[in-house]
Parts: sequence; structure tokens; C-alpha cells
Amino acid sequence: MDTLAQLAQGFSVALTPINLLFAAIGVTLGTAIGVLPGLGPALTIALLLPLTFQVPATGAFILFAGIYYGAMYGGSTTSILLNTPGESATIVTALEGNKMAKRGRAGAALATAAIGSFVAGTIGTIGLTFIAGPVVDFALKFGPAEYFSLMVLSLLTVSAVLGHSELRGITALALGIFLGLIGIDLQTGQGRFTFGVTELLDGINVIVVAVGLFAVGETLWLASRKLQHDDVLKVSDSLMMSKSDWKRSWKPWLRGSFLGFPIGAMPAGGAEVPTFLSYAIEKKLSDHPEEFGKGAIEGVAGPEAANNASAAGVLVPMLALGLPTSATAAIMLSAFQSYGINPGPQLMQSQPELVWGLIASLYIGNVMLLALNLPLVGLWVKILKIPTPMLYGGILVFATIGTYGISRSVVDLVLLYAVGVLGYFMRRFDFPTSPVIIGMIIGPLLEQEFRRAMTISAGDPMIFLQKPLSLALLLIALAAVALPPIITRIRGGKPLPLA
Amino acid sequence: MRIAWPETGAGLFIVAFGILSAFGAASIPTSSWAVVGPSLFPWAVTGLLVICGVLLTIQGLRGGWTGEEEQEPLQKGQLFWVGGGLIANLILIDDAGFIIASTVMFAMVARGFGSRNWPRDLGVGFAIALISYVGFDRLLGYKIGSGLIEALI
Repeated sequence: MDTLAQLAQGFSVALTPINLLFAAIGVTLGTAIGVLPGLGPALTIALLLPLTFQVPATGAFILFAGIYYGAMYGGSTTSILLNTPGESATIVTALEGNKMAKRGRAGAALATAAIGSFVAGTIGTIGLTFIAGPVVDFALKFGPAEYFSLMVLSLLTVSAVLGHSELRGITALALGIFLGLIGIDLQTGQGRFTFGVTELLDGINVIVVAVGLFAVGETLWLASRKLQHDDVLKVSDSLMMSKSDWKRSWKPWLRGSFLGFPIGAMPAGGAEVPTFLSYAIEKKLSDHPEEFGKGAIEGVAGPEAANNASAAGVLVPMLALGLPTSATAAIMLSAFQSYGINPGPQLMQSQPELVWGLIASLYIGNVMLLALNLPLVGLWVKILKIPTPMLYGGILVFATIGTYGISRSVVDLVLLYAVGVLGYFMRRFDFPTSPVIIGMIIGPLLEQEFRRAMTISAGDPMIFLQKPLSLALLLIALAAVALPPIITRIRGGKPLPLA
Repeated sequence: MRIAWPETGAGLFIVAFGILSAFGAASIPTSSWAVVGPSLFPWAVTGLLVICGVLLTIQGLRGGWTGEEEQEPLQKGQLFWVGGGLIANLILIDDAGFIIASTVMFAMVARGFGSRNWPRDLGVGFAIALISYVGFDRLLGYKIGSGLIEALI
């Protein structure tokens, strides 16, 4: 009941006209950037971080959350109509959705994706509402040692286990932690990794790194390759789903939701695993397995629901533990920091209005998104038709505003482009980029917990192995990293199906 | 197995980055009073980078990891225009201002992505830069500097 009372209070925050406006702007902007290939929620929220100086925290987070949810809805439209998934999580949607659109069933595919996203987003938000509290209660018992070990587990699973290659994931993570360490060490006041450059004493701004990797790096990567001209498929059929479409969709929606939310909520996070799992399950359970690969509606409904539910799941460790498991969550976490709010288990007690207002706004945002995506799909199709030269020219102009505006210093622009070149090579050599952002934000927090634990133990590092929970977390982390290569070797060099 | 030079180079770059990191870590004075000094984590990251770099280099020497289909030829012309746009932005933004710099960058990037219509691209770029400037700098108070055109509005 306590939870419901707090949620009710959250709604009283979220339903004020100004916060409704923030939610509406957020979901609209989110859908638009989700639709546009090359733009994602992490980049958009990074570009909007300077807003945090102008707007109260609750409003800013309602805006950011709207962008986050909206981008999920928008991404499916692009996958279905253009077959160039912006995010790895929507690859599966493109698999069947684009085939459906080619067969003239684009409307049904868009409808099942949008309604499925709504169902899953709402189920996921309900899950967030009721799970966040218990997770916090559990986490409040954590000491610094347990916290440190949990962060290690999360960092390793997010960057190493779930990517294409453990080695490249950990390399990206190390680069991120390196970037996060640049500047003055808060505990001892020593400058670190500044190499005599005064500007680096303040540290590198996460905006510069996120925009460099996601906007500049992506643009350079696309410019280095042959330009592709994909045609936007037409929505020729009705957006109303037929009776049989409903019958074939509702179970995949529910299954996808219940798959996506728990996996997304784990410290390993990620939307890729649940979407691929959902696809495999729906293919197995379908009465029409022969349609898979040619445009089966279950193959859109299930993964799309799993994707959205896992997006809600990612907010559980983010809000309850201060643990970001995606680049977007990491940037939201840095927004908390720029408000001087400490993310972590205390967050829900110290900022109940913010947290519950944010959760309530997710329910509202989902309703808005359903309305925004179905009847207005024509508008988003128009956005999809923005010519590539204009799109990337525009992205780079906004990248300039977002970074030059921080300090009005060319040094930041040079840094932005240097990170962009790094991002280009990371794409070229198939390194994941999200661990850079996550490592940059979590690295300093990891060091902080490490120091606290070591202070408690008077410098004895055994504390991490003597606390049972900490030991268990470290063992899981070790197993997660060590087991996949061993299994691969046993299976004769064949990688795991999901990896 | 054939040596994959690009991947080997990427591995060596990470090793070099690790060495740079080692120089950085070595130049941090260690204070005696702190239980965990300021240079412990920098050294840990240095170790991680060097180990990863060495392993990546070995993978590169053993044939690399990016498949053949990834190796499509570099579009040098396109990269020239996009990279040139970024450099033009760097050169122009302090003196000529955000609007002129962004207009030039926009048109050059558009050219890199296959557009052949300079007047249109310059026009669209100017419009986007002008609207953004007025919106962010004048209305939202998010300062993006001054310049030749900025002085007129």
C-alpha cells in the first residue's frame, strides 16, 4: 500500500501542467530521434544535459525518460519501414517487420509494434513501481565492499559478456575508466592524467565523449563507406489490426514483456538478449512457423515488447542502485550528479518526489506514445525521408552547439573530434562504444567504494573476499567472464548462439 | 594464417595508449596518508590497457577478427569533405562565429554525403544555424559565442 501511496503522490507531481508538457516534449522528441537513423537517446540526452542548469530536476528527468521511452517506439518504425536498425535491440524487429512491410502489411506491423510497446512499457513500469522499493531495501544493507563487487559484476557483464567479444568490450571499458579518471582526484586533490593541459584538470565532460562517439564517430563511419539509398516502404494497408493479428499478437506481447523486464532489470542489463530470446521462443511456439523469415507478426510483436520491457527494467538498477547498464542510463546518472543528487539506494528516500514523479510520468508517457505513434505515423514517415546529407550536416551542427556551448572553447571541439575519430576506429574494428560511457561514469564511483571499503578494513584488501555477499558477486563476475570462452573451447570453437 | 595488419595496428595502438597511461600514472605523486592513494586506479587501468592491447595484437597477428565483408574500400572523397567540414568549423568558430562556421560545415558535410547543390545546402545550413542560434543563445540563454553575423542580430 505504501508503494501505491507514493505512486499516487508521484502522479500528483507528474500531472502538473509543466511536467505534462515536459513529458509530451520528451516523448515527441524521443520518437523523432528514434525514427531518425544515426540518432539515439544517449546522444540526445547528452546534448540536452546543459538544460540541467535551467530546469528543475524533476522536469528534466521527466523529459529524459520521455526521450528514452519514445526512442524505443520510434526505432521500431525505422526498422519496419527502412530496415536499417539504429540500435542492436531493434535488429530483430527489422527481421520480420521489414518483410511484413514489403508484403504490404506495414500498417499491421507498425500497429503490433506500437501496441506491443505500450503493453510491455506499461507492464515494465508496473514492475519498476513494485520492484524498486524491495531492491532498495536489500541494497541499503550493502556496505562499500558489496557495492564495489556489484559494480565490478555489472561492468564486466555489460561490457564483456554481452558484446561480440569479451576482449574488445573490456578494452572499451578500460578506455572509458581512463577518461573518467582524468582530472583532479576528489579525495587527494591530485591532478591525474592531465599531461600538463590545464583544461583537463576539470576532467573530461561526458557530453563531449558521448557526442563524439555517437554523433561524430557515427558520421565519420558512414562517410567512409559507400552511401546506401534505402527506400522508405509505403504504409499501404490499414493501421487497424485484423482479428487474427490480435489473436497472434497478444501472447507474444505478454511473453516478451515478462522476458524483457527481468533481464533488463538485472545488473547485466541489455535489450539484445531478451529480444533474441523472444524471437526464438515465438518462432518455436508459433502456429505459423513457416511464415518466419517472410514476415510473421509474432516475430514483431514479441521482440518489440521484450525491447520496451527491458528498457523499463534498466531503470530498476539505475534508480534503485545508481547502477547504469546502458549508455543512456549512464548519461542520466551523470545528470543526477550535475544536479548534486547522489544516485544510489538513498535516492528514493532523499528524492521521493523526483523518483515517483518520474515513474508516474512513465505511465503517462506510454499513453502519449501510443497516441503519438499510431494515428500520427504519417508524420514520422515524413521525418524518415529527410535526405542523408541534410541529416548528418544537421547532427554535426547540433554536436557543435552541445559541446562548444559548454565552455565556448575550441579545446572542447578538438577533443570532440578526437573522440569522434576514436569512435570511427572503434566502429571500424567492431568495438562496442557503450562501455566507454558506462566506464567513464562508473569508474570514479567504483574507486570511491573501493576506498571506503579499504578505509573500513584499514587497508586490508581481503575485505572483498571475507564478506560473503561480496565474495559471491565477485565469483559470479569471474564465472561470467571465464565461462563463455571455456565453453566455446569445449564446443570446438563454436561460439554460443547468443554471443 | 595471414597477419591482419589493420587489427594488429589497432592492438598496438591500445598498447601505446597503455604506455601513455603509464607515464600519466607515474607522474602522480603518491600521498602517504591515504589508504588508497591517487595512483592505484590509474595503474590498474594502465595494466588493463596494456594486457588488452597485447592480446588484441596477438589476435591481429593470428588473422584478426573483422570478416572480409567488412573490408570495403574507404570512400576517401566523402571522408575528405566531411573531415574538411569539421576542420573548417574549428578554424571559423572563434573569429567568424557559430553561424558562419556551422553553415560552411553543414554544406561541406552534405557534399560529403553526396549532395551536389551548394546554394541549397548553404541556404539550409544557414537557416538551421540561425534558428539554432536564436533559439539557444537568445531565447534559452545557452550561450554559443559571438561572431560576425551574431553581432547583427
